[in-house]
Amino acid sequence: MGIDFNLVADLKSHGVHVTSFESLVNWGRASSLWPLQFGLACCAIEMIAATMARYDMARFGAEVFRPSPRQADLMIVAGTVTKKMAPQVVRLYNQMAEPKYVIAMGACAISGGPFKDGYNVLKGIDRFIPVDVVIPGCPPRPEALLDGLLTLRAIIAREKLLGKHRARHADPNGTAAFPVPEFGAHDLEPTANREIWNPPAIVRESEGGTQA
Amino acid sequence: MSVATVTLHERLRAALPNAGISLRTNPGPSGQHSLLVDAADLPDVCRFLRDTPDLTFDFLSNVSGVDWPDPAKADAVAAPAAGEGSAPPTGGFLEVIYHLYSTRRRIGPLVLRARTIDRATRVQIPSVVAVFRSAEFQEREIFDLYGVEFTGHPDLRRILMWDEFVDHPMRKDYVAPDDYEYEPTPHAAVLEKAQRHYVQP
Repeated sequence: MGIDFNLVADLKSHGVHVTSFESLVNWGRASSLWPLQFGLACCAIEMIAATMARYDMARFGAEVFRPSPRQADLMIVAGTVTKKMAPQVVRLYNQMAEPKYVIAMGACAISGGPFKDGYNVLKGIDRFIPVDVVIPGCPPRPEALLDGLLTLRAIIAREKLLGKHRARHADPNGTAAFPVPEFGAHDLEPTANREIWNPPAIVRESEGGTQA
Repeated sequence: MSVATVTLHERLRAALPNAGISLRTNPGPSGQHSLLVDAADLPDVCRFLRDTPDLTFDFLSNVSGVDWPDPAKADAVAAPAAGEGSAPPTGGFLEVIYHLYSTRRRIGPLVLRARTIDRATRVQIPSVVAVFRSAEFQEREIFDLYGVEFTGHPDLRRILMWDEFVDHPMRKDYVAPDDYEYEPTPHAAVLEKAQRHYVQP
């Protein structure tokens, strides 16, 4: 921050809080995340449980589930994304206002999960929209969702608003909307957005399948 | 309580002499026999089963589809009873299976089966939506996944896949799209598909 920490502590004892504008903005953003209210499968049940009194997501400022993407900051992709649903998920993401974040909740949203071998299951929502936090589990417990939320808060608290490493939403040239895949004759077209989804090529030592 | 399919078969043959109905016995422990009905006669048979006062099969619980590319396998388990049934078709065919219950008599299921002529173009089966409204979505699903065309259906379009989709995913010869580019921990069927994408050093 460029300020002497002893001076900051001294001022704080006198009721004066000194911080940077960046920290203040990030603190505000991280403390009132409004998730988009939609669920795709059984993970949504755990998400609902996380918002109720026993787990109480309101403790972390994320209890105001919005039924409109225009009012939401956070998309929790909770459940199996079918290929029929994927364009709608991308479209909802595009309609959200910046800054916006995505949590991929559960094995299905991450990779297709137990339905990976199915003909109509998208093998990970990160093929089409950028994912900030992934929460493994099938489904993840509400505690895991809260941990994912706290992880996202930590990510937001570290975001840069200026400079070379600034966040995507703080970059005037950053992408806010991603192409919506079309329904093709056999599969989605394209099957992935190669600008954001570039998995590493997995090189195997032998045909036995051990990873190099 | 199970249905006395054998006696019901005799009853149907007497009541609907022109309908093609044959008994398919199941040699398994469950002994759940079924009635193979000619596709054209299916709505009449269903209406008779529903409206006859002492039968009252008033509830169609389930409609399912089967793809039989090899017709010999279709009759391997449920062989036709002796002296009955027409000659088996030579090519493959699609089969639709209806499970009827009588809520009033508390019995069921009565299993009806109907077959298309082949798997390519002659895949029509008359819809039973006019008799059992509950068949509407289930016939749409079978149309979507197997490609059986239910003639007389009020709203026959895809229900699970998108409208632009051309395949029928539950058919045996369906080839799923190959999008297994990135599989860090594949196993079983996924491993086989992922290996096509492996980079050999």
